Amino acid sequence: MRPLVIAEHQQQTLDAATLSTVTAAQQIGGKVDLLICGENISSVVDQAAKIEGIYQLLVADHVCYKDQLAENTSKLLLTLSENYTHIFAAATTQGKNLLPRLAALLDVPQLSEIIQIIDANTFVRPIYAGNALATVQLEEATILATVRSTAFDAVPFCDDQAVIVYLDDVHENDLSRFIAEDLSQSDRPELGAARIVVSGGRGMGSGDNFSLLNNVADKLGAAVGASRAAVDAGFAANDMQVGQTGKIVAPELYIAVGISGAIQHLAGMKDSKVIVAINQDADAPIFQVADYGLVSDLFESLPQLEQLL
Amino acid sequence: MKILVAVKRVVDANIKVRVLSDETGIDMNDTKMALNPFCEIAVEEAIRLKESGSASEVIVVSIGPEKSQEQLRTALALGADRAILLQTDQVIEPLSVAKLLAKLVQEEQPELVILGKQSIDSDNNQTAQMLAALTGRPQGTFISQLSVDNSAIHITREVDNGLQKLSLQLPAVVSVDLRLNEPRFASLPSIMKAKRKPIDRRSAESFGIDLSPRIKHLKITTPAERKSGQLVASVAELVGKLKLEAEVI
Ligand SMILES: Cc1cc2nc3c(=O)[nH]c(=O)nc-3n(C[C@H](O)[C@H](O)[C@H](O)COP(=O)(O)OP(=O)(O)OC[C@H]3O[C@@H](n4cnc5c(N)ncnc54)[C@H](O)[C@@H]3O)c2cc1C
Ligand SMILES: Nc1ncnc2c1ncn2[C@@H]1O[C@H](COP(=O)(O)O)[C@@H](O)[C@H]1O
Repeated sequence: MRPLVIAEHQQQTLDAATLSTVTAAQQIGGKVDLLICGENISSVVDQAAKIEGIYQLLVADHVCYKDQLAENTSKLLLTLSENYTHIFAAATTQGKNLLPRLAALLDVPQLSEIIQIIDANTFVRPIYAGNALATVQLEEATILATVRSTAFDAVPFCDDQAVIVYLDDVHENDLSRFIAEDLSQSDRPELGAARIVVSGGRGMGSGDNFSLLNNVADKLGAAVGASRAAVDAGFAANDMQVGQTGKIVAPELYIAVGISGAIQHLAGMKDSKVIVAINQDADAPIFQVADYGLVSDLFESLPQLEQLL
Repeated sequence: MKILVAVKRVVDANIKVRVLSDETGIDMNDTKMALNPFCEIAVEEAIRLKESGSASEVIVVSIGPEKSQEQLRTALALGADRAILLQTDQVIEPLSVAKLLAKLVQEEQPELVILGKQSIDSDNNQTAQMLAALTGRPQGTFISQLSVDNSAIHITREVDNGLQKLSLQLPAVVSVDLRLNEPRFASLPSIMKAKRKPIDRRSAESFGIDLSPRIKHLKITTPAERKSGQLVASVAELVGKLKLEAEVI
């Protein structure tokens, strides 16, 4: 077995999702390589070289990879793929943008969001918003999969140093061009990796009212999430959406406030260890998955909660 | 500009599916079916581009069983001009869907192909990216804004840490996210009119592409249910339980 993991990073640091993806790749067995693409990424490379159990660190440092355009990175991967039995990426927007494009170039199928590895050819993945689990098997020259990071622990770092191999292939294209990005700035922990997540729904009533939630989150050192309805209504940013088509979270503690508990929302948080629901409607379906339910008006209970923490 | 929109027939988003007790699949008996919600957004966007004068024709295509005609009729009622059904009773994996769509792209030469970001049944999120690769076109995935400017489109993508803007040369492939638009409801007259719009029916197998599944489904199971919890009477009780019982804070 010879798995390759495609790393993700924010220029300076590796993303936590990559560390979980490496763990998944190590479960396949054999020597695991890690590919890092980008421009001016030496600090990420230094960090990644110390991931435990990485055999080779492939580094493609060139302006053509700066914006992580799938058109370019898929071509780079095409040149590498014959060396590998498996190519894994995190099931993030970046991984989901890239891996299917590579799969089609290689003429192989791709698995999305695997949550369990049974053997090198057999995997489990959720379908129908997590209401069913499919055990799937495939025989391909290279098996491509995106990995749901909440299902695998992060790989630790160590003192050894992986072998670094610099790639100088340049793959540019003149069909797609990066224009700008508008990144969310927050001092809070990242949603996907936070130990505690506090999420608000339509019941929050307005974006300003999210400050009630933020105050509680600050006391707990928690990340803040939202339902689709809250995002659609403009109460919260798109990258805060938890659910089937947003982010998947599985923290130690998930507090859902003013969220009814639609199938699509549950899909994103029902693997949390402890779930708390605060909702004024005792019949809200969220109470069916909550370990602790509080039937109350959030405008009364959130300030109280902030005070008692 | 000609636009091709790919639409899929799926189990209605409001239904919580049940797994068959022999673990071979999902209980589809009498299950309500619908147009995949993301595909509805894709159709709406194409129609808006036609209404604003950017597009000249909107073609919708679905790959699936004969009954997928119902979803094509829905798309026609929303305003698409004509429909193509590539009929098959097989389960078609994203790579094969993309290959079939690539054939249609070759035939129809649309400047823009719009897909949903994800089928809500198989939760794959692959087809648009695969089609873009097979046709050598640039891709704009998970878009929440689109504007056309001569030979290019400007898009905003919803990404994990915010929003990203790209410019793509036409012809291009895009996949739509939830916040691109809010689809309209079809009016009764447009539903009547849609009945007279053409649906070109062809067999998916007639394209000479090997459509047999490459991913074997060994079993479909129900995930572990959560144990039912308890109601607490006050915020103070909640905080107490979280500290002493659950030990999470
Ligand atoms: C294709 C598709 C994809 C989707 N993807 C997602 C997804 O990824 N994530 C997601 O979340 N949803 C998703 N949805 C939407 C989902 O179906 C629900 O519509 C959404 O989750 C509802 O959000 P909500 O619970 O905030 O709103 P509502 O269902 O309107 O619930 C609001 C709740 O707030 C409570 N409330 C109101 N006022 C108060 C108060 N003062 N105090 C306490 N409680 C109060 C109400 O009792 C109610 O239960 C998707 C839907 C579709 C069709
Ligand atoms: N059988 C199909 N027929 C037509 N379009 C499809 C089909 N399957 C997938 N698509 C398109 O591809 C998008 C993404 O689907 P998927 O990659 O399966 O998650 C859908 O929203 C559709 O636009």
